[in-house]
Amino acid sequence: MSTDKKPLLEMRGLRIEGFSDEEWHQIVKGVDVKLHRGEVLGLIGESGAGKSTIGIAAMGYAKPGCRINGGSVHFDGIDLTAASEEEKRKLRGSRIAYVAQSAAASFNPAHKLIEQFAETVVEHGVGTRDEAHADAKDLYAKIKMPDPEQIGFRYPHQVSGGQLQRAMTAMALSCRPDLLIFDEPTTALDVTTQIEVLVTMRDIVEQFNCAAIYITHDLAVVAQMADKIMVLRYGETVEEADTRKMLSAPEEEYTKSLWAVRSFRKQQAAPPPEPTPLVRVDNVTAAYGPVTVLHEVSFEVHRGHTVAVVGESGSGKSTTARVITGLLPPRKGDVYYDGTRYPRDYRKRNKEQLRQAQMIYQMADTAVNPRHKIREIIGRPLQFYLGMEGAEKERRLRELMEMIEMEPDKFLDRLPAELSGGQKQRICIARALAAEPAFIICDEVTSALDQLVAEGILKLLDRLQRELNLAYMFITHDLATVQAIADEVIVMLEGRIVEQGPKDQIFAPPYHKYTDLLLSSVPEMDPDWMDNVLQERKKKGGMEAAGN
Amino acid sequence: MIGVGKISGAGALSGAAWREFRKAPFTAQFGLAVIVFYILVAVFAPFLTPYAESEIVGSEFEVWGGDFPLGTDNLGRDMLTRLIYGARNTVGIAFVTTLLAFLLGGGGGIMAAVLGGWPDQVLSRVVDVLMSIPQLIFAMLLLTIFGTSIPVLILVIGVLDSTRVFRIARAVSVNVVVMDFIESARLRGEGVPWITLREVLPNIMPPLVAEFGLRFCFVFLTISSLSFLGLGLQPPTADWGSMVRDNATLITFGDITPLLPAAAIAILTIAVNFVVDWFLHKTSGLKDEH
Repeated sequence: MSTDKKPLLEMRGLRIEGFSDEEWHQIVKGVDVKLHRGEVLGLIGESGAGKSTIGIAAMGYAKPGCRINGGSVHFDGIDLTAASEEEKRKLRGSRIAYVAQSAAASFNPAHKLIEQFAETVVEHGVGTRDEAHADAKDLYAKIKMPDPEQIGFRYPHQVSGGQLQRAMTAMALSCRPDLLIFDEPTTALDVTTQIEVLVTMRDIVEQFNCAAIYITHDLAVVAQMADKIMVLRYGETVEEADTRKMLSAPEEEYTKSLWAVRSFRKQQAAPPPEPTPLVRVDNVTAAYGPVTVLHEVSFEVHRGHTVAVVGESGSGKSTTARVITGLLPPRKGDVYYDGTRYPRDYRKRNKEQLRQAQMIYQMADTAVNPRHKIREIIGRPLQFYLGMEGAEKERRLRELMEMIEMEPDKFLDRLPAELSGGQKQRICIARALAAEPAFIICDEVTSALDQLVAEGILKLLDRLQRELNLAYMFITHDLATVQAIADEVIVMLEGRIVEQGPKDQIFAPPYHKYTDLLLSSVPEMDPDWMDNVLQERKKKGGMEAAGN
Repeated sequence: MIGVGKISGAGALSGAAWREFRKAPFTAQFGLAVIVFYILVAVFAPFLTPYAESEIVGSEFEVWGGDFPLGTDNLGRDMLTRLIYGARNTVGIAFVTTLLAFLLGGGGGIMAAVLGGWPDQVLSRVVDVLMSIPQLIFAMLLLTIFGTSIPVLILVIGVLDSTRVFRIARAVSVNVVVMDFIESARLRGEGVPWITLREVLPNIMPPLVAEFGLRFCFVFLTISSLSFLGLGLQPPTADWGSMVRDNATLITFGDITPLLPAAAIAILTIAVNFVVDWFLHKTSGLKDEH
């Protein structure tokens, strides 16, 4: 079947427009896609490039507020742009399946996994409920879910994020579709989980000889998954080529800039540590109710240094930040600023103590009040902590805007909704700076941003650190970010620090066992990377088994 | 409360407001026009009416026309005059009552969400207790105990209705309170008043304003029902509820006069709802769903 000359999916001159601000805007401006069975096409680009829109258009569908206004979509000889809603409905789920970014948001929390699996099968008349159940268990085993016989009878919240994402992939396969559309399916996962999900997805495409479109902004991931890659920008194709060729010899300037993003490195060495650390976390044990989430955590952050805290979700990274800010008073242990012990509860700290530690959040969207203008957002700390009013405040506001490289005249009177994601994050940085702190906690500040934008934020933070001698605690699960910006690294696992020290020491052999797993799970731009890692792990596993 | 900020920049705003009005759907334009008309009538009542509010000017139940465009009521007072004054009394009192309900319920609801813990529990349970008693019966009971003066009427209905406002204000605030910008404000050291008024309130305005419109209608109807039952506004004050009751007998003779005050209530209710719908649509972001 793979020698079939006729493409399974063919989009010609696809044009899609969306309605916003009372007019129609062209989102996709004439894109051609050809896909044969057994092929995986990687669609990459920044947010707003039209990746998802094209992915969904492969089902002949446009998001609410959008419409296909040109070109054609042919799936296995059927013209989807001309097909009736009923015909398309029959195809979706049975012959074309979609795996969304957030499995947690795509499952109905009130039904068991296996029932949701069976729903599509029964709906499309492919089989009975019992057949679907048997098939689900079989598929769960194939994608190496733990306890495949029983796991389907759990509710979505009772399995981990990675398992849920795999369950969703299994669900997409329930009717044995010919075309799979993966829309950023691993973006929300930890690296150690991501690799398992990626392996699952790749195996599936091979086993069932289907075609797939893989949408992502992560180049290293797409390098593992795709046979060919299409780079998109502003709804247009920038470049399309086989994966290996695309990675080794990109032709367009834009593609090259995307490829170069991960190369940012902090320029200067950190200043020598002062005798008193700026922040000292001393033997902290913290708990949410009866569950202890931090076990005897101790570390120091020095003025002008960046400490990166890495680990999977649930490892206690963010909890550590909550203890430092006083949001979660620890059971045992204390936090010292500049040698002084701070009250455990933020409500007992005075203004001056609160001013010292500022926070920048992962989701800039929810970190700024959508009803406040930029002027108010940044101006409030100035007024609150430093008592600035009138002309003095205005002068400082403009200074801060210059510092984050945004034009004061253009942006000060805007609302957050009128800014892009990267700009919002810059506003959050300005708000933190307004308090004139010595210490800033950055909680996954770049993980919601496109790589080019994220790099800009990292560069900005780096420059500010040099100019203002700031100390950062950088919480992240992205090791590339750690490589870029950290001076010291703390590796956390299940609420404990498993390793800490200078960056060069952590990222050089001999590795701690868990650090090794973490490091080896970060995708690289090499298309053979995943195979190599898997082989290596198998070998190691074999050796360990033999050793026992 | 809502109008205060707008008056200061009225000059600059009126242009923008007019453009918004032109763009609004027909239903909203109709609604706004009706509301403005009612307000004007209420404000200028003494200049619009041919007679004084409770002046007996003719014999009972006179027919339409002549000196009395809409006839006279059961005591021989001019119907048109009574209708116009009714707008002033009923609408005015309903507005003040709704405002009171929102100050109490809205403030309490947001505070409960912001504070959490036991203050939330205490406030919520008190509200539950108040809500467990049928509202109209409770209102009648309280009015019988405290007497039926206008301040008591406003206070009783305001407090009873604030429970509904509390519930919705708390429910929407709870979703806002978990956002990072609230955490950020707490960490900055902001007090409860700032968080309530500056951080939470602007984000829950759309549902609250919508609720204000609906609540206003309900308060309005409650007052009218109470008046109809004889426990609301007391004679000789003109109000639409008691006007329906007093003239109800005319219906049996095929005269539609008693339906006029009822229609006045109905039209205002519909107009307010049209405007609320439009406002909700504009602010909820329904139009730019992605």
